[in-house]
Amino acid sequence: MTLAVFFGCAFIAFGPAFALFVFTIARDPLRVIILIAGAFFWLLSLLLSSLVWFIAIKASNSQDLTLQKGLLIFGVFFSVLLQEVFRFAYYRLLRKATEGLAAISDDDGSAISVRQMAYVAGLGFGIMSGAFSMINILSDSLGPGTVGIFGDSQYYFITAALMTLALTLLHTFWGVVFFEGCEKSQWWVIAAVVSLHLLFAGLSLLNPLYEGSLPPVYFITLTMGIWAFFSSGGSLHSLSALCTRRKAEGESS
Amino acid sequence: MNTSDSEEDSYNERSALVQCESPTIPSYNQDHDMSLPQETDSKQRRSVSSGLDEPGPVEQERAATPEGEEEELTLKYGAKHVIMLFIPVTLCMVVVVATIKSVSFYSEKTSQRLIYTPFEEDPNSVGQRLLNSFLNTIVMISVIVFMTIILVVLYKYRCYKFIHGWLILSSLMLLFWFSFMYLGEVFKTYNVAMDYPTLAMIIWNFGVVGMICIHWKGPLQLQQAYLIIISALMALIFIKYLPEWSAWVILGAISIYDLIAVLSPKGPLRMLVETAQERNEPIFPALIYSSAMVWMVGMADSSNPNSADQRQRNEGGALAQEGVESEDDAALGGRRRFSAEEDLEEDRGVKLGLGDFIFYSVLVGKAAANGGDWNTTLACFVAILIGLCLTLLLLAIFKKALPALPISITFGLVFYFSTDNLVRPFMDSLAAHQYYI
Repeated sequence: MTLAVFFGCAFIAFGPAFALFVFTIARDPLRVIILIAGAFFWLLSLLLSSLVWFIAIKASNSQDLTLQKGLLIFGVFFSVLLQEVFRFAYYRLLRKATEGLAAISDDDGSAISVRQMAYVAGLGFGIMSGAFSMINILSDSLGPGTVGIFGDSQYYFITAALMTLALTLLHTFWGVVFFEGCEKSQWWVIAAVVSLHLLFAGLSLLNPLYEGSLPPVYFITLTMGIWAFFSSGGSLHSLSALCTRRKAEGESS
Repeated sequence: MNTSDSEEDSYNERSALVQCESPTIPSYNQDHDMSLPQETDSKQRRSVSSGLDEPGPVEQERAATPEGEEEELTLKYGAKHVIMLFIPVTLCMVVVVATIKSVSFYSEKTSQRLIYTPFEEDPNSVGQRLLNSFLNTIVMISVIVFMTIILVVLYKYRCYKFIHGWLILSSLMLLFWFSFMYLGEVFKTYNVAMDYPTLAMIIWNFGVVGMICIHWKGPLQLQQAYLIIISALMALIFIKYLPEWSAWVILGAISIYDLIAVLSPKGPLRMLVETAQERNEPIFPALIYSSAMVWMVGMADSSNPNSADQRQRNEGGALAQEGVESEDDAALGGRRRFSAEEDLEEDRGVKLGLGDFIFYSVLVGKAAANGGDWNTTLACFVAILIGLCLTLLLLAIFKKALPALPISITFGLVFYFSTDNLVRPFMDSLAAHQYYI
């Protein structure tokens, strides 16, 4: 508990996202705006899905625990679907604004590209989603307490941080792939993203059986990362060029 | 605060000084009810409009070229302006939330109330409580309207010295008394031993530098920092002394009032703006956060704003002639001269009234104070930023004075209540089972 756990979990969960923000987004005002608008869209989707869940809860028998759990699981999947719907809506909004954005850009003609917007939008979704999952847990970890005193798992905080990290990265990769799929009208890509998101949520249902949830989730994250890399125009050639250039620079300096 | 740099060689530095006034605060009486800086509110109402109208007319003036280019110039600065406001608003909110979460003084409810909210909220009866909060709101809003009208009347009859004295008194109160209280509470929270002489030194230096920065000259960033600090202090006072439900109703009512006062033809703020424009004077400088200063090198006229009161009276006019233009000072008329100097002009910066800072921070601070749920605070924060973004977008489209409160506060309120009541139980259940969506 307390500071060590707080900082450890905070850095695990938000370190990469924060680094991505600082190095790629903070300099460009337009990207910051797109990021925050992405966060806002995710928030809207969460709001609507909570509303639906809340209504379902209130309309049902509060004593029946299995029903409540079932409704929660329904809430989880419904929320995932709604998030993807809002991701699509955000894509449409950004496409519409592209012409306007071209006029806004300071440099001549180098408006933000759809791929960059996809990345930023995905990161926006990821940061907000991660923040909402993790922040309350972090603030609780600062205070006194014993983890798992009632027989729950001791690894609650660290697994929460790891899941949050995976979630943030996944949202970023999904954003890239999703927008690319929409651009090229490859609907199978969109279906794949949606089903992977549902799979992720489903795997998290296995918690606290962490062996069942964390490794598969990270495998999915890795796969999505590779897919996003190739989808956004990367290639093995560019990777090797990166390495050889570095080597060449190392030799010449 | 005016541009001292105008007298120096380094005309090109962007860190010019922005003239600004401080909030007005009537004499503070701690024994009985605390007096609210009502004038602050009236100023804020005014500055809310003036704060946002400047970028519009400025941009209109600058692009003396054909319409298309004018549009492009306007949009060009759009994103940068938004970020220039995001940062101070975020900083102010961070200061307020950090204080609320750590110093318990500001979230403790006392029986002390401001004289502007005389009706006590009885926690036992919902109907009575609601009624009292509405009555409190009516009292508060009428005081604000009254003060704003007095201000407009004073301005119309050119009682500048009176207004300046009022502002100086209020900023004195804010910089010395409220910061003393704040420091006291922080020391109590962290159990820091402090002696009075050291404290006196600290407060004295802080206050005097603040007065100088805000009312006279100082580096831009220091002035911005002081404005953020005093907005945060004001917001904390509001959070502490406004009763629970009244605060929410007041927030809603203030946005509606802001909308009416700035947009309707007979609104006091609009009349103020128009009077200032008729006289070719700066819109009365008070409580406006300005993010940058525009330098126009080589303008003619050398009216020399050396004397303090002359400076304060002729801010916009003098500054315009000096060739240094601050968004909030140079009036519309003065700017027409600058259209030829476009090529020398750089970033205009944006302005936002301090009242907006204060009420945004009140909303987020109250979200943080109630219940300790961080999700609600975060949701309100994002909602307010998006509202600000939309407001600036509208400003770029309509190019006239716009109220900054309505959209953001509406979003903030909607998100606060829905996150608190709908999202919180959902996320709590998810966290309990460690499900991830």
